[in-house]
Amino acid sequence: MDTDASALHLVLTGDPGLYAIVLLSLVVSLTALAFAALIGIPLGAALALVRFPGREAVIVVLNALMGLPPVVIGLVVFLMLSRSGPLGSWGLLFTPQAMIIAQTIMVAPIIAALTRQTIEDLWAEYKDELTAMNVGPSLRIATLIWDARFSLVTALLAGFGRAAAEVGAIIIVGGNIDGFTRTMTTAIALETSKGDLSLAIGLGMVLLAIIVVINAFAWGARRLGEHFAG
Amino acid sequence: MRAPSSDVPVELEDVSVLAGPVALLDGITMRIAAGAPTVLIGPNGAGKTTLLRIDIGLMPPSRGRVTWAGREHAPPDRRAIVFQRPAMLRRSAAANIRYALAAAAAPRATRSERIADLLALVGLSGLERRPARRLSGGEQQRLALARALAREPDLLLLDEPTASLDPAATKAIEDIVRAVAARGVKVVMSTHDLGQARRMGGDVALLHRGRLVEHKPAADFFAAPATEEAKRFIAGELLV
Repeated sequence: MDTDASALHLVLTGDPGLYAIVLLSLVVSLTALAFAALIGIPLGAALALVRFPGREAVIVVLNALMGLPPVVIGLVVFLMLSRSGPLGSWGLLFTPQAMIIAQTIMVAPIIAALTRQTIEDLWAEYKDELTAMNVGPSLRIATLIWDARFSLVTALLAGFGRAAAEVGAIIIVGGNIDGFTRTMTTAIALETSKGDLSLAIGLGMVLLAIIVVINAFAWGARRLGEHFAG
Repeated sequence: MRAPSSDVPVELEDVSVLAGPVALLDGITMRIAAGAPTVLIGPNGAGKTTLLRIDIGLMPPSRGRVTWAGREHAPPDRRAIVFQRPAMLRRSAAANIRYALAAAAAPRATRSERIADLLALVGLSGLERRPARRLSGGEQQRLALARALAREPDLLLLDEPTASLDPAATKAIEDIVRAVAARGVKVVMSTHDLGQARRMGGDVALLHRGRLVEHKPAADFFAAPATEEAKRFIAGELLV
């Protein structure tokens, strides 16, 4: 009970340590989400529309990547960024940038796979109309992404949920350095193991609140969009 | 830029469309010339929709040849189609038309005026901002018609444009089609409705099992059908 009260106190009094962790977590996950969207949405749309040999295999691999264990992604990124790795000269290991790279690799397949399914369904509906209008390939892709935008919000939410809740990859490539690469999830893991449940519970409450608020905004935006755009 | 030449007449020479062992169209030879609307009639599965898809260029024939004003490979710059169940883009009514204008490279400066004119033509003024998917079935058909006309086609193909519409909505569509045809647009429409074929048809083509059974001016077709199938169809018997 005391632990719960202390956790609530940390949250309500705006504890600087707690909110620094929250801020870093949001910056890392939202940046990764933005990069993953830039990669995943066009990739998913192209996979939905372009037929080429081996396309089915690419789709299977993409779907499989959705379930890739975060620790494996963390290990691969670690090996790439470590001093002896091919990208070791960049000096990114144990920095927020390394965490962003790991989360981008984790989230991009989710967004690409969900985008492909969404765009493919919409394309089945629009194909005859757009073909009869002689709409070219680039405008087709732009049209489908725009018209599927409210459904794609769901893909982005799924990606954000995966990034924000993840701990295995970023603890490997970020190192959980206090004040530098410590995020909500890595801090929760650490503080729980140390027995400091107040901070762990406080961070857990904030993480849950963020997920709920973002989902509520996305749901509201989707409903509004459907109301005005059909 | 719009193509300067017309897409009419459309000529089909011994056109067949095969789906595995089944012939959706079987050796169709016909000429669709400028003038009053051509009405395609026939029972379900006769090949009406397939013939319209061939006419717009959405699918190539398995055998035979299609030409538009003598050109075999003509992009659909001057032809448009309204499907039986048109897909509404997830935008407002006005934005659906704006999209078609943009796809047809209509001058940007004139688009707003054209949208207003087209919505007025199809009786949807005042519904500019309504999401297209929230329009009624009849309103969606009229919007699809406006979207097709935004391309300024000289060949307009309509696939059962009044199927499942009530008499008032049917009359509204027929009135618009008459007005469009009066402007010189060649209309080709399919229908199950013999009354509509009488009202609208300059010439009538009866299809059955993928074959063109009879194609002649509407008055002649109804007054003096030459084939047994046409006589039975006009008499209201079921062609199976």
